[in-house]
Parts: sequence; C-alpha cells; structure tokens
Amino acid sequence: MRELKILAVVVFFSLLTYYLVEPYAHHEMHKKVDAQGSEIKVEGHGFTYDGTDDIAEVDRVLSNLDYETKALTEKVKELKQELIDNNDVNKTEVQNSIDASERRISVIPADIEASKQLLTKKKAFWSDVAEVAKLEGNPAAGEAGFGLCLGCHNGANMNMGGVIPPNLDHAGAIYDKNYLIALIKDPAMASNVDHKYADTMMHPMGSIKSMMSDNQQIADVVAYLLQNKAGEVTPKEAFMEACVRCHAVRYGKLTQLGETPAFKHEKDALAHKIKVIDEQDAVKAYMGKLPPDLSMIIRARGEHFMETFIENPQSQLAGTSMPRVGLNHEGYEKVKAYLTEVGDPSKEKREALGPIVIGFFILFSLLALLWKKSQWRDLH
Amino acid sequence: MAHFEKAKNLNEWLDQRLAVNTLKKVLNTEYWIPKDINFLWAMGMVLAATFGILVLSGIFLLMYYKPDTNLAFDSVNYTIMSEVGYGWLWRHIHGVGASIVFLIIYIHMFTGIYYGSYKRGRELIWLSGMALFVAFSAEAFSGYMLPWGQMSYWAGMVITNLFSGGSLEAYGLVEWIRGDYVPGDAFLTRFFMLHVFLIPLVIIGLIVLHFGTLRIPHVNNQEGAEIDFKEAADLYKAGKKKESKVIPFSPVFLSKDVFVMGVYFILFFYLVFYNFNFAMDPVNFDPADGLKTPAHIYPEWYFLWSYEILRPFGKDAGLIAFAIAQLALFFLPFIDRSPNVAPAHKRGLFQVWFWVLLIDMIALTALGKLPPTDPTFAFLGKVAAWTFLALGPVLVIITMFEKKIEKGA
Amino acid sequence: MQEKEKGRRDFMGMALGACAAVGGVGALYAAKRTWDPLPSVKAAGFTTIDLSGAQENILVVEKWRGKPIFVLKKSADMKADERDVVIGSDRFHVSIGLCTHLGCIPAYAGEEKKFKCACHGGEFDASGHQIFGPPPSPLEIPPFKIEGTKLVLGETGPEYQKMLDAGLTV
Repeated sequence: MRELKILAVVVFFSLLTYYLVEPYAHHEMHKKVDAQGSEIKVEGHGFTYDGTDDIAEVDRVLSNLDYETKALTEKVKELKQELIDNNDVNKTEVQNSIDASERRISVIPADIEASKQLLTKKKAFWSDVAEVAKLEGNPAAGEAGFGLCLGCHNGANMNMGGVIPPNLDHAGAIYDKNYLIALIKDPAMASNVDHKYADTMMHPMGSIKSMMSDNQQIADVVAYLLQNKAGEVTPKEAFMEACVRCHAVRYGKLTQLGETPAFKHEKDALAHKIKVIDEQDAVKAYMGKLPPDLSMIIRARGEHFMETFIENPQSQLAGTSMPRVGLNHEGYEKVKAYLTEVGDPSKEKREALGPIVIGFFILFSLLALLWKKSQWRDLH
Repeated sequence: MAHFEKAKNLNEWLDQRLAVNTLKKVLNTEYWIPKDINFLWAMGMVLAATFGILVLSGIFLLMYYKPDTNLAFDSVNYTIMSEVGYGWLWRHIHGVGASIVFLIIYIHMFTGIYYGSYKRGRELIWLSGMALFVAFSAEAFSGYMLPWGQMSYWAGMVITNLFSGGSLEAYGLVEWIRGDYVPGDAFLTRFFMLHVFLIPLVIIGLIVLHFGTLRIPHVNNQEGAEIDFKEAADLYKAGKKKESKVIPFSPVFLSKDVFVMGVYFILFFYLVFYNFNFAMDPVNFDPADGLKTPAHIYPEWYFLWSYEILRPFGKDAGLIAFAIAQLALFFLPFIDRSPNVAPAHKRGLFQVWFWVLLIDMIALTALGKLPPTDPTFAFLGKVAAWTFLALGPVLVIITMFEKKIEKGA
Repeated sequence: MQEKEKGRRDFMGMALGACAAVGGVGALYAAKRTWDPLPSVKAAGFTTIDLSGAQENILVVEKWRGKPIFVLKKSADMKADERDVVIGSDRFHVSIGLCTHLGCIPAYAGEEKKFKCACHGGEFDASGHQIFGPPPSPLEIPPFKIEGTKLVLGETGPEYQKMLDAGLTV
C-alpha cells in the first residue's frame, strides 16, 4: 500500500536524523583522542585494581613524547628548507618558529627520562601490591595494626590535612582488597593522584608509608578489615563512607560534615551552615576547587561515564585531583543505588507505569482502527 | 430583542442562542475534506493534540515551578521530580512533547511542500503555518531556559549574544534583552512570562488563524486536484458516498485522525518512559554555573540546522546567512513560479529539489551537533550551508521552466 | 442495511469512547495526586515544646503545622479538666489556637482567665470549652506525646489516645 511506503520513508528519515544527532554525535563529542590522533578507548575493569590503567597512562605519555619529538624534527627540517627555498616568506617569523621547536626538542629528553622513571616506579609499586596480596593475612594481628588507623579515622569529623578521614566501618565490604593494600603502601599512588605531589609523603595520609611498611602487617590489617569491617551496608552508608567527605548531596540533606540535623532555632541552623562553609573551604583548598554536589549526577552523566570515572577518575578527567576511592563492584552498586535514590527516585515508578500506559495506547489504537474501518467502509 | 419560541430540548435551546447546530455543520459534519488523502494529513491534528498535552502538563508544572535563579533548578529537579505526586510524569511528558512536536512540525511542513499545499489560494495557510513555526520556536527556547541548568544558561548566553549584530557591536541591546550583564534573574523571569503567558496566547491566536485560512481553499489532496466542493458535498449528502470526492471532517476524517494519534501516542509514551535523553539532555542536569562553560554546548536538535548555517561563515556573513535561512521558507509560495498544484513526483525537477532540500536539512542538523574542529565535518558543514542558500534561487529557475500540467492529467 | 450498519458504527465509536474515558480517569487520578501535600510538608509536622519554664496563667503560643498552639500553665484556682495535659503536679491546657467558629485566633484575657475571639465575640474558658458566642465546640486538642517535661506535637501518646477515645479532643 502506498501509505505504508510513505510511512517507511518518514520513519527512515526520522531514525536517520535521530541516529546522527544522538548516538553518533555524542560518540564523536566524547571521543578521547591522544596527541597522535588515535582514539583512546575508555573501558572499565569491573572494579578491580592492578595498576593496568595507571601504567598505560604513563606509556601513552611516553608514546606521545616520542611522537612529538619526531613531528617537531620533521617540522624543523621543513622550515629550514623553506628558509632556503622561499624568499617571500617572513624570515624572522620562520626562524622564531624553528627556535621554539628546537628549544622544545632539547627539553623533551628530560621529560622522557622522568616519565620512564615514573613508569618503573609504578610497575614496581603494583607488583609489590600483588606480592602482598598473595600473603595470608591474620585478622587478629591486623586488629592491633588497625589501632594505628584509628588515630585519624576516628569518626570525630575533624578535618585533617584538607579532608575528613573517612569512616571505615564497612571498608572491608565496599573497597577492593588490592586497592586497600595499595592504599596503605602509598595512598597517592593507589589513588592515582601522585601527579599532584612532588613527594607522595605529602598526601594527607602519606605518613602511613613509614608507619606501616611491613608487608605482613599490611596483609594483616587488610584481612582484619575484610573480616571485621564488612557486613551489611546500606546505599546511604556506602556513599557516606566513600564520598561525602568531599561531595555534598543537598537533595539528601548531606554536606561534607555528614547529615544536616533539623534545627528549631534559626541561629543554630546558621551556626551549622558556617561550620559547613568552613569545611568546604578546607576541602576547596585541598582539591583546588570545591567538588560538585552530586544530587543530580546520576542523570547528568551516563552509565559508562560513571563506571569508568569512579574506577579511575583520570580516565575521564585527565589531571583531576579526585582520587580513585577503590570501590569494589558491590561498593559501586551501593553508591550508584544511593545516587539513583537521590537523583532519579522516580525510576522504579517510571518503569512500572510505562508498560501500562503504552499497553493502553496499543489497545486504544486497535479500537481506533476498527472504528476508522467502520467509518470508511462504504466510501471506496 | 429577537423573537424566541420555547425550545423542545437542550440542543434546540442552545441552537436558538448559540447556533450550535450551524456551528456543528460548518466545523464538523459538513466541513468537507477530500477523500484522496493519506495519514500525513493527520499531522495537523497530531500537532494540536501535542500542543494540548504540552499545555496540560505545563499547567501541572506551573503549580510548583519557581522562576528564581536560586530556586528554579531545585523546584524542577527536586520538588517536581521527587516530591510531587506524578510530578516526574508531567516533567517527562512536557520535555519529550516539546521535542517531538518539532518532528511532527517538520513532517507537516515537508508534507505541505511535497504536495504543493502552499500554492495559489493557500499562501496564507503556509504563512500562518510558518508564523506558528516561529512562535513554537520561541516557546521552545523560552521554555528551555526555565530549568536553569548549564545548557539553559549557556544557550541563553549564546543566543542573546547573537543580537549584538556582529560588527554592529550592539552590546547595549544585548544587555537590555537580558535586563542584566549576563543571563540572570531578570532574564529568567521575563522568559517565564513569555513562555507561560504571552507566546501561548499568540500560538492559540495563530492556530485559529491557521484554521481560518483553510476554510475557503479547503484542505489539499494527494493529486493537487481542484474539486467542486459544493457538487461533491451534495453527492455525499444524497447518500452517494462512493462517488463523492469528499468526506465530512466529523466523524469520517476524524476517525482516521484518531487512529493515527493512537499510534503516535504509543511512540510518544515509549519515549516518555524509556528513551528521553534526546529531549532531556544530561548537560542540563548540572545547575547553571556562570563561571564554567560545558565542554559541548549545542541547541536542541530542531534548531541545529539553523545553528549550522551560522557556523561555517565569519561573524557578519554568518548572521546574514542565518537571517536569510529563517526568512527563506516564508517566501516559498512566491519564489515557486510554476502554476502547478501537484505532488512533487509529477513536477519533474521539483521532485529532485524536494529531496535535496530534505537531505540538506538533515545534513545541516547532524553537522550542527558534530564538533566543527574536525576538518571533514567543517567542510561538509560549508557545503551543506551553501547548498541551502542556493536552493532558493535554484527553485525560481526550476519552476520558471516547469512544464504546465494539463488539468485532469 | 443502513440501520444495521449505523448500529455497528456506533458500537465501535462507543467502545473507543469508553477506552478513552478509562484513560481520562487515569489522567485525572494522576492530576489529583499532584495536588497532594508534599512529603517534606508532611514530615515537618512535628514540634517539640519544653514546658519546664512555663509560668502560671501566662499564655505561650508555639507553632505546629503552620498553626498557633496555645500552651497555658494552669494556676491553682483554675478548675481541673479531663482535657488537661498533666506533668507531675502541673496541669496545662494545650490546644490549637484557632476559634472553632471560623478560624480566627482568640486572645487570652489573663485577668478574666478566658480566651476571647475578636471576630464574632466567641469566648472559651481556661480549659478551652466554649462558654459564649457562636463557637460550636471547644478548642481542638492536637495529637501530643509527653516526654519528660517536653511535649512532642504531631505524635500520638497514650494520654492523647485516651482523650481521643473518650471524644474529648474536639
């Protein structure tokens, strides 16, 4: 029937437009490309931590530096040739360009050396972590070691070195074992924010490197966490332990100081607000800027972004000061559940009502078709 | 005072005072529509239904929305989306409706172009329709400001900057439009007024006008044939329905309309419940921040083709091209120099012109969203923009030499 | 043939109309729910009042669910009443401070130990019973729970439940 052909044409062009404007365009916009123009595929690792991404990042830097050296050398050759061949060109400009390129070329080897050292350091670090992971940890012995942690992780909500040390009540449940080992070995390296520090001892938790360096001790403490600081954890608890020290959630009445109590008198409410602002200023100074409120983040970013970003913030926002927090798969699901509760609470209702409304219109269309046919029967 | 007899029933009572029976005949049971039509003819009613849904969902949103830069975002994303009973449903319906209405508008517009429904006698239908397109565009833009997300703010910033007129540097004008140096509270509340009151009134007025301009020329048909409506109506009323070339709007045409609407609503609600990111862009779920521009700013999809005509050219040339593109379509009835009222497939080169126009606008739409930093996209954008600008003059030439179709051919 | 067809046509149209009506009812239900008080409004419906500092025959006005709440510590010469809130040896009259006639807030005349409403002249005694004028019923007792010397309005404690069962709250 001609009408079906017309419908097919309309549907085709509509779907074509949709495809180009949504999936295709968004892919092009969010594509990450390295200095050589090749696409960097950002993929998650199921919330396991073995340093693969961290090492790949440094590899990429080295590869880019190599490429830059080659490209600049070519460019200098061409410019020098142009100086000889072409008399119309602005000689000073070209010479300046040559000088700048040669300056850069002379500096690159130092960068390459630094990156090579970093690469070695990272490889050694993560293989160390793998070694510790093989050890049998003793939770009872670990409890004694954990006493060291309680000095800062004491639930007193006090800012230390820029941030409030997180509550560890469910650390064994929501964080990955390898990550916990790495964190005690070197917090900045484990969180992939070592680029912020000349010496990773300067990280707020950096002193743990000297306080607890024995591999067996580390294995014991992690075993203690996995056994005694695990158990059932609610989405809100997971979020508060992993994220709230930096990220507020105003829709959940959470600030960097935790839950906001209900105040009867305005004076008390304002006093609390001032404390929150003070804490936010401290976090801002530590992070460089105030980490965003996460009330609507679950709708402001896609599923893929959230997974890859939380597993390794550097993969989506290179150079960011947000640390990797080491959530394991269950931890991530709990945090995601909380963020969905707060930012997309109608999701369940939407998915429940959808089939009913769509089913209604399928029925409606059927009845309408029958009515239409009865109206048009004696017209042709 | 005119003479009044006692009425026998409610219908007669109303008829004596409001002529309801005459109205019923004129607007419904004896409003004659050609029989030779297809489902595309239902797009007008689909638009009216969608507009109705937008007004209705808008009314519920209006009960809780706060037009204040400090309160707007949370009034939508917290109060309406999580606290208000079914608030999320009205919001999703309103957002998806606002986007899908333009798909239907474009289908409706292209149907008119294809079948020559803008030709002699129907110019005002076309012009009032184009005016409706402009009014809907203004309504959509003003509405998009209201959630006061990052896209709302930066779209507002970019579009109001257009009014600086390139080299005219009319920054005073831009500030006056905003009521502030940057889009702020004054800007938000005036667009709230436009979106909720003034533009809907204009749209309703234009819809009435649009219906009015249809009355005398009557709706077109698939062959563009001229019909003696009086003769056809008489045939139908005499019971010779098969022979008559017309059908009454109600209940016959309406029954087809309602079926098309039913199918449309299946798609519509599928989008409302399951696939709405195209209409509710994630970037707008970040609260507006005047100190941080998102990595990618882009208008809603229905504005992309216009946006893309602006981009390839320099500042002033771009504004001129943009203005030409907006006005070009208005002049369609007058730059088409052929007297033929016929579907495109009977009009030789016009058919080619039609498909080039359609594909060009889709290309402009896609390129408007793709990053202009990519050299391929930038080049294609230039080609598509120039093609669009050339289509006007090309149409004049094509139609001047178009062979006249004999009546009855 | 015409008649039969007409009947069939109407049937389809009516079936479609009925289907549309069902949808309409659904939409109306959703619309009705949109006007329901928001959860945050309902959650804010609890107020705690500390009675330890109250003085005899001095009216204290608190706020609960946007309404004024009368708290009057009874002096020895005021009659004891079944509707009193008893804490230790103290008796309090606690009520919603809105006249049961048309909702104005009556003023407390300490010397005469009664509430007098300026709008239409209604009067209530120190236990909230209507004694003069148009008010048809006594001042309403809000749900309350006693916690030491504090009163939590909005929660139903055993004392309130007893009053409610005995029909004394309105």
